[in-house]
Amino acid sequence: MNAGILRIAATALAVAGSAWLVAPQAARATTIQRVISPGGIEAWLVQDATVPLVAMDLAFAGGVAQDPDGKPGVASMTAALIDEGAGDLDSQAFRERLDRRAIELNFSVTRDCFRVSLRTLKENRNEAFELLRMALVAPRFDREPLERIRTQVLSTLKKDSTSPNDIARKQWWATAFKNHPYGRPANGTLDSVPTIGADDLRGYVRRVLARDGLKIAVVGDIDAAALGALLDTTFGALPAKATLIPVPQVQPDAVGEKVTIGLDVPQTVIAFGGPGFARKDPDFMAAYVVNHIAGGGAFSSRLYREVREKRGLVYSVYDNLVWLKHAAAFYGGTATRADRAAETIALIEQELRRIAHDGPTEQELAEAKSYLKGSQMLSLDTSSKIASQLVQYQVDDLGIDYIDRRNGLIDAVTIADARRVAQRLFGGGLLMTVVGRTPSAAPTGN
Amino acid sequence: MSQRRSLTRRAATLAVAAAVTAFAFAASAAPQPNASAPSTFTLANGLQVVVLPDHRTPVATQMVWYRVGAADETPGVSGLAHFLEHLMFKGTAKHPAGAFSKTVSRIGGSENAFTSTDYTAYFQRVPRDQLPTMMEMEADRMTGLVLTDDVVLPERNVVLEEFNQRVANSPDARLTEQVLAALYLNHPYGRPVIGWHQEIEKLNRADALAFYKRFYAPNNAILVIAGDVEADQVRTLAEKFYGPIPALPTIAPRLRPQEPTPAAQRTVTLADPRVEQPSLRRYYLVPSATTAKPGESAALDVLAQLLGSGTNSLLYRALVIDKAIAVSAQAWYHNTALDTTQFGVSATPRAGITFAQIEQAIDEVIADVAANGIKPDELERAKTLLVAEATYARDNQSTMTRWYGAALATGQTIGDIADWPNRVRAVTADDVRTAARTWLTKTRSVTGYLIKDAAPKSEEKRS
Repeated sequence: MNAGILRIAATALAVAGSAWLVAPQAARATTIQRVISPGGIEAWLVQDATVPLVAMDLAFAGGVAQDPDGKPGVASMTAALIDEGAGDLDSQAFRERLDRRAIELNFSVTRDCFRVSLRTLKENRNEAFELLRMALVAPRFDREPLERIRTQVLSTLKKDSTSPNDIARKQWWATAFKNHPYGRPANGTLDSVPTIGADDLRGYVRRVLARDGLKIAVVGDIDAAALGALLDTTFGALPAKATLIPVPQVQPDAVGEKVTIGLDVPQTVIAFGGPGFARKDPDFMAAYVVNHIAGGGAFSSRLYREVREKRGLVYSVYDNLVWLKHAAAFYGGTATRADRAAETIALIEQELRRIAHDGPTEQELAEAKSYLKGSQMLSLDTSSKIASQLVQYQVDDLGIDYIDRRNGLIDAVTIADARRVAQRLFGGGLLMTVVGRTPSAAPTGN
Repeated sequence: MSQRRSLTRRAATLAVAAAVTAFAFAASAAPQPNASAPSTFTLANGLQVVVLPDHRTPVATQMVWYRVGAADETPGVSGLAHFLEHLMFKGTAKHPAGAFSKTVSRIGGSENAFTSTDYTAYFQRVPRDQLPTMMEMEADRMTGLVLTDDVVLPERNVVLEEFNQRVANSPDARLTEQVLAALYLNHPYGRPVIGWHQEIEKLNRADALAFYKRFYAPNNAILVIAGDVEADQVRTLAEKFYGPIPALPTIAPRLRPQEPTPAAQRTVTLADPRVEQPSLRRYYLVPSATTAKPGESAALDVLAQLLGSGTNSLLYRALVIDKAIAVSAQAWYHNTALDTTQFGVSATPRAGITFAQIEQAIDEVIADVAANGIKPDELERAKTLLVAEATYARDNQSTMTRWYGAALATGQTIGDIADWPNRVRAVTADDVRTAARTWLTKTRSVTGYLIKDAAPKSEEKRS
């Protein structure tokens, strides 16, 4: 679940090169229908019968940010337990029903959403939707699975407590979003998890799993009429309205600070970031392009070239835009041997200052735009990924025509935009967390 | 879990590098009415070509698999196959450093490479019309690699950082390394794919080029093209770009030293001050899909599914639910290997539970299957889940390409792959019982314990 939280951001979004837009195959794969069920429930559908399966993705507005005060981990525990028994089926019987037909049903949480993904062979789709319905409207939260999952969560938290990656990441978010729900650990803490009871989970379900915050996308071998009927039977019994705790708007804090945590590991882990761009900011796409140039491109970014390729300091270095409902940030990470941590930190700071000051070159801008325009169709290579992306478009309120508009938005980014936005994105300095052997990991002044 | 043994050149944009898409067993595309069937042909120079049509989007994936991996290295230069994989991105005379990657990037494509014990593979996913360019560039680097110390030495540091990230920083990974080293007394599968640290440190340009010249050739490779293509188009392109590369007559059969009959149950303990959650894993030496007798490997697939995949598996139910002595329990079977492979079982004890209690419970579950077999409904469920994987796989071009490539690179045939769902369907309760009885015996195993090192810190080399 942890991974799901930070991976919201960086999927590249573009339709293919223009030559393909007119190809019949492309049209088939990217035609998105808006399906409104007889009961008024909306879903986006990509109908494709090539493979006899149906993939569905859902998001309920809510997520980790809806954990009750003082009880981090409730959303995450709810996701882990909601498929451990529902209606008249206990945990084992529910799992049997899924396994017998090879139905894949997964629940997870991000900071802002409670997410569900379902994958089923076409002939089992009614059973799959029925099991999903039961999990959503009649989860049992029996004592045995609750204690079992609690033990698993505590075991993972203990394990994470000495993992440099987890320490660096948690510390970054806790520092950037101090006293805000976004700063809380998604999976809870060793103190909070023992206090979470079935009532907390039921309360979360009651408050969050409602029709008004629900976004749905479906990809696969199903038509609009059949889907419409299934939407009503599956989601019709959910409450009409969620009761969400208001979450304040917030900016990442502590920019310019370095938090160093001692841990005796051969490789020092570094997390860094700062304020980003809201998804609705008119400069969002320019920021997306600039970030790609700085640290987003897996092979081509400045950080990759300078830190990894030229100097061999690291295996991985990356930087993503993170856009949340109530905050925006950029967030990156890397790891290097303890005795070169200071050098690596200084280099990252220097490279980001340089792009803030000078902006990208014309050529970098042209290449990044070219990549971003081409990469969307290429990255959406499975039904489940397409469904997940279409849900994200809905969560971000981008409109069903966004896929057609996106390349125009990328093309519209000028070098002047890129320079201005680079300054705004990277000119303010970094909040950095560093986990490793203390003496050499302690950053030198820059 | 083949991803455990695969290394990827680039960690892409995620904090923790996931090696390859999970594919624990070799499934395949069962022939379906609407799907174009896989086809294969071989060029005059020995290059095997496989075409996996998928017309849903105008995209193509090229993947070249070399029949060489870490188990083909000479003792003393462990990590060389993987190091060369990194260096393969350093350019040729025709396409200097960065040109290939830049071409992929400009069109929005993706690329990467990975190394395992038995194979090394390179891939690009691009718009269909770019496939010829990709084939030209991939063919060019099959024999045209140019290396200078300017690029070799920084890349060796990158690999050392990859070692730090994957192994040195992870007590779990260090235990796995030790267990495998103990499991294989004679076969090179006991060497880590990434290599031993002191040997990675010494890898150099000459080693890499010698290895490249010895193993990279059309008659030691498999070209898999998936996507919006037809076999005859691919044949024309393959002839054009790969056809002119001469075969290398010195490519030899892959005969590695084999394991003796295992004689002693072994245990390995790794203690690390950072271990907050002890865990246990046991690896058994078992036949792979390539070395097994007919039906035996499919029975092991079913056995792994039944024993330890998911919360309804026998081990999970016994250890985690009924006895409530473990936090988790799994089993897996790494079936795709040229030589004798591994069947694994692992569990994480609850607080206050000893390894002895966990092992006793595991042994009871296995003994029960070996003595009494399994119930018909459980057998059916396991088989349904496995066979469904073959259909789900068809939704993912990358998964398909990897299944075919890995299976072919380890000695299976296209027919073997296509027939896998039928072999699974044919497994009987008796086959499963026989597999458990024959292969899951303790003398064939090494059990590894991960424990907290409470002692004061001893010397540790600072890398």
